Amino acid sequence: MNWAEFFHMGGHGFYVWGTYLIATVVMVFNVVLPLRRYRRQQQKLKQTN
Amino acid sequence: MFAAWSRVMRREFLLAYRQRTDILTPLMFFIIVTSLFPLGVGPEPETLRTIAPGVIWVAALLATLLSLQRLFSHELHEGTLEQLLLSPQPASLLVSAKITAHWLTSGLPLVIISPVLGLSLGMSNEGLIITVISLLLGTPILSLIGAVGAALTLGLRGGGVLLALLILPLYIPVLIFGAGAITATVQGFPADAHLSLLGAYLMLGLVLAPWISTLSLRISLD
Amino acid sequence: MFKWFFRLAAAKNFYPFAGKLLPWLTGLCIISLVYGLYLGLFNSPPDYQQGETVRIMYVHVPAAWMSMFVYAMMAGAAIVGLVWKIKLADTFVTCSAPIGASFTVIALITGSLWGKPMWGAWWVWDARLTSELILLFLYVGFMALQSAIDDPRRAARAGGVLIIVGVVNLPVIHYSVEWWNTLHQPASVARADGPSIDGSILAPLLIMAVAFKFYFFSVVLVRMRGSILEIEEDSSWIKEARI
Repeated sequence: MNWAEFFHMGGHGFYVWGTYLIATVVMVFNVVLPLRRYRRQQQKLKQTN
Repeated sequence: MFAAWSRVMRREFLLAYRQRTDILTPLMFFIIVTSLFPLGVGPEPETLRTIAPGVIWVAALLATLLSLQRLFSHELHEGTLEQLLLSPQPASLLVSAKITAHWLTSGLPLVIISPVLGLSLGMSNEGLIITVISLLLGTPILSLIGAVGAALTLGLRGGGVLLALLILPLYIPVLIFGAGAITATVQGFPADAHLSLLGAYLMLGLVLAPWISTLSLRISLD
Repeated sequence: MFKWFFRLAAAKNFYPFAGKLLPWLTGLCIISLVYGLYLGLFNSPPDYQQGETVRIMYVHVPAAWMSMFVYAMMAGAAIVGLVWKIKLADTFVTCSAPIGASFTVIALITGSLWGKPMWGAWWVWDARLTSELILLFLYVGFMALQSAIDDPRRAARAGGVLIIVGVVNLPVIHYSVEWWNTLHQPASVARADGPSIDGSILAPLLIMAVAFKFYFFSVVLVRMRGSILEIEEDSSWIKEARI
């Protein structure tokens, strides 16, 4: 497995890895934000109850 | 039922006449926006002739959006919108009368002035005729779809811009077929398909839009 | 069967049900994601025509599929919410919208990243990208409408109408954009698909698509559970269940 070639992606490295990067960032955000909101609400309910 | 329809229409015309500026401002907007394009793009006749169909149509879309503000606003401020929905006459009939009056006072003026604007952009005679026909078919669709949007956004903050955001994607097929009809004709191709599709969309709108607008009004007023 | 389904329509039953489902969905998502990425990045050949840029397709195409899938689900749920007045359906619609919009954004950006090496331009007004852009406008419009309305009941019903109007218009919009594109596009421009898809490329594609679906259902359930906790703050079952 030639890692240099893998990273280079036949000259299109920027585009391929850019794709995976942007998809990862967006999808991670979509998980983290709701989870944080959920936990905050849980905290709030624990306090009032 | 026809009596109720004509009563609503007459009232709409009376209101429109009393607030003439509400009619004239979108019309002036239509003219001004169309004139902006030569100023932005340059006076080259060939360029203007090419972009003319799109420019006129986009300006018509935007002008219609402006005019939609007043579709329900008067009744909303007077508080008579509930009355309209509660009346013994079918509410969607009354709403469709309002939409028709709206088109006659806002859409039709655009149709009438469009040849002048087409000429200013160097359109050929065939182009001018098709412009009028396509707008004649298209502007009612804009009023119909716009009515749904106006009903949904009734009284909301962000009003006009929110309405635009909601409605413009739905206007896109009308734009494509309308401007496409003009471009096709000018290039010597038949525009039958475009106009038939506009006609079909109009039929769909006539059947569905009054009912959906009425439903949306009820949702907004509850 | 239906009795169970309708019992689930109550938030207090749905909440624990979703909680139990969540680990499974998350697990399946991760497994299929890992497998799909393995196939897509390591175990599939570069395309004959597109070279390594075909690997962009493994993200772009499933994201585009999801953007439409989510909108379709939202439309279905909107109908359920309007006709049967099930509040949970409205919650589903509201919670799905940001996820669908995110997939649309991913599809558009990755489409751009695909277009630059393929066609030499960051953006082309081809039928699919243009339709995807319009879909983004529909999502944004919906979210704008929801945030502009304070009353949650009005927001849910108005949003539902908007989504249904949007879904009815979607074929019209798509068809008109397709047509517009073929009229204006010279015949020599390559279609975004390329020739028929080879098996070794189809496998990672489909697995990524499956992974994205599990992802969507996992995330939407998290959002819905959060939403339920917020909406039902004052109800007795939350107080009793010590949440």
